[in-house]
Amino acid sequence: MTHVRGKITTVATIAFLSLLCLLFVLPIFIVLFNSFKGQFFIANAPFALPNTDTFVGLLNYKNGIAKIGFFSAFGYSLLITVLSVFGILLTASMTAWYVTRVRGRGVKALYYALVFSMIVPFQMVMFTMSRVANLLHLENPLGIVVLYIGFGAGMSVFMFSGFVRGIPVALEEAAEIDGCNPIKTFFYVVFPLLKPTAIMIAILNAMWIWNDYLLPYLVIGSQYRTIPVAVQYLQGGYGSRDMGALMAMLILAIIPIIIFYAFSQKSIISGVVAGAVKG
Amino acid sequence: MHKALKKYFPVFVFPTLIPFVISFLIPVVMGIYLSFTKFTTVSNATFVGLENYKQLFSSGDNFLHALWFTVRFTVVSTLTVNLFAFALALLLTKGLPGTNFFRTVFFMPNLIGGIVLGYIWQLIINGLLSGLGVDITYSASYGFGGMILLTNWQLIGYMMIIYIAALQNIPREMKEVAAIDGANAWQSLRHITLPLVMPAVTICFFLTLTNSFKMFDQNYALTGGAPGRQTSMLALDIFQTFYGSVGSEGVGQAKAVVFFILVAIMAGVQLYFTRRREVDA
Repeated sequence: MTHVRGKITTVATIAFLSLLCLLFVLPIFIVLFNSFKGQFFIANAPFALPNTDTFVGLLNYKNGIAKIGFFSAFGYSLLITVLSVFGILLTASMTAWYVTRVRGRGVKALYYALVFSMIVPFQMVMFTMSRVANLLHLENPLGIVVLYIGFGAGMSVFMFSGFVRGIPVALEEAAEIDGCNPIKTFFYVVFPLLKPTAIMIAILNAMWIWNDYLLPYLVIGSQYRTIPVAVQYLQGGYGSRDMGALMAMLILAIIPIIIFYAFSQKSIISGVVAGAVKG
Repeated sequence: MHKALKKYFPVFVFPTLIPFVISFLIPVVMGIYLSFTKFTTVSNATFVGLENYKQLFSSGDNFLHALWFTVRFTVVSTLTVNLFAFALALLLTKGLPGTNFFRTVFFMPNLIGGIVLGYIWQLIINGLLSGLGVDITYSASYGFGGMILLTNWQLIGYMMIIYIAALQNIPREMKEVAAIDGANAWQSLRHITLPLVMPAVTICFFLTLTNSFKMFDQNYALTGGAPGRQTSMLALDIFQTFYGSVGSEGVGQAKAVVFFILVAIMAGVQLYFTRRREVDA
């Protein structure tokens, strides 16, 4: 009797979860089928499927791509994200090793300044930072990488330091006796041991930089648009925007994320959890 | 090794230190100074003392309204997100078939950027409201509800994953012993599961809290503050003060400083709770 009841509960729970799953992906599917409808058939009836009157094929995609320069936005997003993530991994891991192994007041002050930067909201530095970036001619896709390295340093050095502490100093001393200078020791001994942490930090930073809107908008937004800036650019004045193009661009903005997620789902989820628990 | 390493300061620290000084240290110091001045570009700043701070707390300014809106939003979203996430985590740790698939789907919205999320939900909510002949800009309570829906959609999966990790760490024997002693499902949840996942609850509460409190992109794309600036949360209100009208940059910077102090207080409280838990354990 309890066995049967257990089975019914199981089936009911799975049915309930499946329904929830559908509800969770529904918003994306609604955007997807609207992206194939003419722009004047979207805002009034977003829940109507496309029909022979409203179906426009790939027209919205064509218009949207032309309007916001989607492919160049994709290129800038990719370039900035990849360079920034590699830059952060390299600089933050080196600094984390240094501040963990070398004692001194200056080093300690730097470490606390980095940790402190994690809690400062972006709005605090938004205006002054874009001024400084302007002054130093950092308003280009390479310059913004420098800014991301600076902003990413706090969390990344903090997380790397936590793992460097777990590396036995004896390993590094053995390398030194074998004739390694600190640079060699770092790249041959320390860095390989940090690899699992590096993957986690890379994922956390990649998600943040890929989706970041304000920093690229304020610093390079007038000349180089990343994907979030390009999507927002489509907005224009309220009411006058091309809803069809917007739907199509939302879909194109989501596709790379879904592909990335499909390939590295496990490390994304475990990275995010570890990041949350650490930070 | 560590004596040798010390001399390598420029190699190991400069690559982080220089970007950090440019993008963070100088802007923070400048920002604090500028909050006591009137300026449009940085070079023409004139000292005005506490004038900007007086202005932002005056009744004519939107700041206090934005603060109140943000607080209400943060409380409701923190409670709803954590309640749903925890319930889902309970269902997904029963060893049912398909658990992994469900987890993957529920987590997915978390990866989508705030601007894109905002426009997805603007479409849905405007669609739902079109039956009433209005859209999300019609009333602040529609904007509020929309923000809550969006935030739940985005954060439930994330918090659920953390709760699942915590639930899986509970030794099976503890529940079995409780069952033998005659504890029902509710008693077992209340007296065994909940106390053991409290660390995860603390983490998730503060994650949702700070995430909601600092939210910008979603707010900017979904309502843009409409109607008027009634649904602008703090981060958006600061942005609109800076870039909405020339001459109020000093007030914007002062708001940013107050915003920072509020976020720092939250971080301090979080640290206190996390530390206390470590002592207890």
